[in-house]
Amino acid sequence: MSALAADLANVFGILVVLLGVSAVLTWVERRLLGAWQDRYGPNRAGPFGALTVVADMIKILFKQDWVPPFADRAVFVIAPAVVMVTTFLAFGIVPVTGAIGIAGRLNIGLLFFLAMSSLTVYSVVLGGWASNSKYSLLGGMRACAQMLAYEVFMGLSLAGVVVLAGSFNLDTIVRAQRGLWYIVPQFIGFVVFLIAGIAETHRLPFDLPEGENELGAGYHTEYSGMKFGLFFIGEYAGVVLISALITTLFLGGWQGPLLPPILWFLIKTGFFIGFFILLRAALPRLRYDQLMAYGWKLMLPLALLNLAVTGAVVLALQHPAT
Amino acid sequence: MFSSLRTLWLTFLHLFHRRETILYPETKPYLAPRFRGRIILSRDPDGEERCVSCYLCAAACPVDCIALQKTEEQGRWYPQFFRINFSRCIFCGFCEEACPTYAIQLTPDFEMSEYERPNLVYEKEHLLISGTGKYPGYNFYRVSGLAIPGKDKGQAEREEPPVDLQTLLP
Repeated sequence: MSALAADLANVFGILVVLLGVSAVLTWVERRLLGAWQDRYGPNRAGPFGALTVVADMIKILFKQDWVPPFADRAVFVIAPAVVMVTTFLAFGIVPVTGAIGIAGRLNIGLLFFLAMSSLTVYSVVLGGWASNSKYSLLGGMRACAQMLAYEVFMGLSLAGVVVLAGSFNLDTIVRAQRGLWYIVPQFIGFVVFLIAGIAETHRLPFDLPEGENELGAGYHTEYSGMKFGLFFIGEYAGVVLISALITTLFLGGWQGPLLPPILWFLIKTGFFIGFFILLRAALPRLRYDQLMAYGWKLMLPLALLNLAVTGAVVLALQHPAT
Repeated sequence: MFSSLRTLWLTFLHLFHRRETILYPETKPYLAPRFRGRIILSRDPDGEERCVSCYLCAAACPVDCIALQKTEEQGRWYPQFFRINFSRCIFCGFCEEACPTYAIQLTPDFEMSEYERPNLVYEKEHLLISGTGKYPGYNFYRVSGLAIPGKDKGQAEREEPPVDLQTLLP
């Protein structure tokens, strides 16, 4: 009985915390962007403007829930839910600490994450398609092409980690990094995964699906109210997810000296969330052909090379030359 | 690649820069002496209204936000009413430039928000101030040749008495 209670607390705790963090990130991002642009950002409501989140929430929840008459109603409504569901499901495989985490020991953990992040494409492309307007469709198509392209070497970049740890189980991967974080032997894999992660969550500088200056707002041009809010929260949840995964796969997860494991996990994840926001503050958006060329001509060969070298080294170590 | 990383680092350093924002209601921004804000009607040094109701400000106003009506008392012109609709005013300062008597002036004050639009229509009693504004010594009727009660022709500053056309004497 107590085991069940602990499991429930785990599941709901992570769900609530992830949702809360995603919501608070809207404020954190604006504050950080402000700081990096020598501004303040929202600082009126509550201490340091923290209640801005509540105000935004109230505003967006009370907006009219409107579906454009020309949209494909059913798909239009489902699309924003897909991004939330897939991102939250994917977060289930993250082992926050040895004890906290929904399915940290899932033996196909990494594959499950890749599957879920692939499914996220559907929300974007269906949202763009169902909106039945030019900008949305263009944004949806772009997002589709971008995410399919970057999905390929996202998987490949993780293969190096899997080869080193010998498991898809994230818990095992973290424990395998006890001596040395994988960011050292898998530095190329880390960089490639980071870039692919940015592209997957379509954050700047890879936010072409949204491309405000050319597409209005891209695939969610026609969305408003809480349906837009779901896309928005989904994006931030994606940022948290990618940051948590980078922490888990390359930075030794919850492991670290002195501080309790949960704190280490939060520090490392928070660092990468901050890095995501810094990227937005610093770098301009790529051109679409640059994005594609970057993905296929640079990142994919790099990921393949990384995998081949890692595999060769591991084999050589396991079977020393006779 | 290197330039991107450098950009990231330089942007990060902005965390420690001073912020440019002026937190407005707490800290007031500097307003230049010639700032074009709320419009006022000034009085001359004798405490009389400067406005002579010439309509030049209303004619110059590009958004037609000034309305006034002339009235006359013993040769001296006054505005019967003077009305500025500040919900239309664009604070261009043309009225101030057009005014021949320095009556209408723009002041460094912009905090005039209202919850209801009709409250932005200022009547003469709201516009008229008790001082001289930016031009302390100026009095239109003291330098103009117009005869008004208390000052006949030729009695203005730096003014010769009018030539008597009825006599031949020099």
